[in-house]
Amino acid sequence: MAMGKALADWVDARLPVSEAMRKHMTEYYAPKNFNFWYYFGIFSLVVLINQLVTGIWLTMFYSPTDAFASVEYIMRDVQYGWLLRYMHAVGASAFFAVIYLHMFRGLLYGSYKPPRELVWVFGMMIYLVLMAEGFLGYVLPWGNMSYWGAQVIISLAEAIPFQVIPFVSAERATELGEALTTWVRGDYLLSEATVNKFFALHVVALPLVLILLVVLHILALHEVGSNNPDGVEIKKNKDENGVPKDGIPFHPYYTVKDFAGVVVFLMVFAAVLFYFPTGGGYMIEPPNWQPANPMVTPDHIAPVWYYGPFYAMLRAIDFNFILEAKSLGLIVMGGAIAVLFVVPWLDRHPVKSIRYKGWVSKVALGIFAVSFVILGFFGTEPADKEFLAISYGDWSKLFTFLYFFYLLFVLPFGHRFEQSKPVPDRVTTGGGH
Amino acid sequence: MKTFAIAVLVFGILPFAGNVQAAGGGDYPHSPGVNMQDRASLQRGAALFVDNCMGCHSLEYKRYGRVGEDLGIPEDLVLEHLNFTTEEIGSRMEIGFPEDDAQDFFGVAPPDLTNVTRWESPDYVYSFLLGFYEDESRPFGYNNEVFDNVGMPHVMERMERELDEEEFRQAMFDITNFLYYVGDPVKLERERMGAYVLFFLALLFIPAYLLKKEYWKDVH
Amino acid sequence: MSNDGVNNGRRTFLIGVTAAVGAVGVAGLAVPFVRSWQPSARAEHAGAPVEVDVSKLEPGQRVTRGWRGRPVWVIRRTEDMLEGLERIVDEGVLADPDSEQEQQPEYARNNYRSIRPEILVLTGVCTHLGCSPAYNAEPTPRLDHGGFYCACHGSMFDLAGRVYRGVPAPTNLVVPEHSYLSEDVVIIGSEEGDTA
Repeated sequence: MAMGKALADWVDARLPVSEAMRKHMTEYYAPKNFNFWYYFGIFSLVVLINQLVTGIWLTMFYSPTDAFASVEYIMRDVQYGWLLRYMHAVGASAFFAVIYLHMFRGLLYGSYKPPRELVWVFGMMIYLVLMAEGFLGYVLPWGNMSYWGAQVIISLAEAIPFQVIPFVSAERATELGEALTTWVRGDYLLSEATVNKFFALHVVALPLVLILLVVLHILALHEVGSNNPDGVEIKKNKDENGVPKDGIPFHPYYTVKDFAGVVVFLMVFAAVLFYFPTGGGYMIEPPNWQPANPMVTPDHIAPVWYYGPFYAMLRAIDFNFILEAKSLGLIVMGGAIAVLFVVPWLDRHPVKSIRYKGWVSKVALGIFAVSFVILGFFGTEPADKEFLAISYGDWSKLFTFLYFFYLLFVLPFGHRFEQSKPVPDRVTTGGGH
Repeated sequence: MKTFAIAVLVFGILPFAGNVQAAGGGDYPHSPGVNMQDRASLQRGAALFVDNCMGCHSLEYKRYGRVGEDLGIPEDLVLEHLNFTTEEIGSRMEIGFPEDDAQDFFGVAPPDLTNVTRWESPDYVYSFLLGFYEDESRPFGYNNEVFDNVGMPHVMERMERELDEEEFRQAMFDITNFLYYVGDPVKLERERMGAYVLFFLALLFIPAYLLKKEYWKDVH
Repeated sequence: MSNDGVNNGRRTFLIGVTAAVGAVGVAGLAVPFVRSWQPSARAEHAGAPVEVDVSKLEPGQRVTRGWRGRPVWVIRRTEDMLEGLERIVDEGVLADPDSEQEQQPEYARNNYRSIRPEILVLTGVCTHLGCSPAYNAEPTPRLDHGGFYCACHGSMFDLAGRVYRGVPAPTNLVVPEHSYLSEDVVIIGSEEGDTA
């Protein structure tokens, strides 16, 4: 023990280990009224670790020059390779599931509002990198859906409306789009060169960025402190020691609570992993069990479920308006993501938490969430399928509108149409854990 | 608030849940009700596949030895009755039929079938095997109910003539069952392991939950 | 928040139990990661036992077969060669003439280091730094009875793979596990056949 203490002191004199422990764990005061929605942050950290570790292991067996066969090699020849691969594939979907719920939590309780704007912005950057990471990873198994999915997404570069740049003619714009596509592929078609490049980005470049952003996300959070379901600033009510009255040390209280939550999450994860590893075709799509075949397009090309909403928005735009439909769709899709970055500045509601907002905000957020999910569903379905004699593509226009309506209208102006409830000075308990 | 959250989750997942069925099943005239526990069927299926299908279709990613291990066929029997191409137990179930020749002959190269029950479904495979019908307009005199203008000749024609209907269906079931196993060879092991893992996590939850409760006594 | 009436014993106990069960979980989780480093089915296949037909082997002839990435020699030794193996022991030039070091399976621990005196099965990798020595069926200035000479650092071995004294190689050449499936066929890397 004395040895241990001496070593700890020696290190502490050279590296602020105990200080960091205090600052981020034992003396980081989190509101005591976190509820169910506050588990998803830790869940995403657990999934991130899962992705990093299984990803490193898969790299040991995967080969970008013989991609499809090497994945089959992992699934069939490497001992427990199938488990590693499924952990990674199910992990990818789990990542988006928990991230979406984590983001929704932010919208529920106004967690992006001052002083937490940067926390949100870093979070959005994580989400953006994650989308890129997911796309690159999806290409790597080099199944037929990998191929055609990548084909469609990379071709989007050709829809970038370069002609809006001054002095760029429409003809020149097309050339630029094609040049960009060729550059991304590194070939005149999607090929081994593309897979090699994506492999490097997927396993080295983006994970580094991701880890950096996660660190920034948490550092920024710990600087300003966590929000809570009441949207009350606990730092405004401190006791004589400067400790927030409604705060409890993250460690041990939230470490033990999160641990129990993580165990439950792992049960859900394991249930999917061992019994539905392909997610019924939503996580690993049927065509991806065949090698990439540039001659045969799968009957139905759909993105993985987590890109569904944005893909549905892309397809919803089938009309020309100033720009061609193709470019317009791209702008709408890009805009749908971009607008999320500025949510902290769009929201001008005086109240943070949905608990004390009026019914307009509540209903609007509900519609927004449901629209997003339905768009996600449409995105994975053929656009010409119909519901009540209206095609999914046309329905998507409605829900795309509702998506933007919430962000661009309800967030800035919604409070004018409703009566908010009084926000208490202190956090309330009983509705949460 | 809780109800709201639940409503969002439920409405969110419902459309997907309905569709999972569709993605898994598809509408095909026959459903085999595959059963990976039925080793006798899988063994017969393996023999039937090797005798009737492997002239043209490989199982490129599958090894003979693994078939023997999983289906309880001793090594010497695998070498005697299944592996006609090499004398090595660990070799892959490849074929000697050059792809280009096959393309010339059938118009399309016969696909490798390792994952056929994955990119299609067992229902599809079973319906395909049972789905050949006479059609003079086709080069080999047969067409297929689930694969219109199929390039493959009716290889099982003689079998269909010589066996009674029940026996023929059983044979096609056995082949389907075998291919189902080849497509997802770890299924049984995976599900068994899943049960252990879930049981363990449930066990771990008990002290984890009690620990949480114990500490949270401090929080009022 | 208050710490009155905290039952520290219970807390310590619960932490202990949770940590112990959790540690079991981590150990279990580590299994697939560790096991995946073992040779895969592909590697097992590539490293499968190799069969050699020795009936076509002329006296004095050597064939080389790769097994697990190493050359394995199969040599049919002549009567003269076998006699040489008897004589060389008396000359006292060998470091381990009785094969006391475990460089061979038990059934090859004899003066010929083989199951059948005339058929030698030997891993052709020098025990010094892993070069593959050259085969000298006939006597040479260095090797009075013939043998193996490693050009890398001059190690010498007799025709049973026994190392000479005073050379860099520390031990005899390795006799891999092998057995006879029939009169004519030796299998390298497997003991499923006869070893006597």
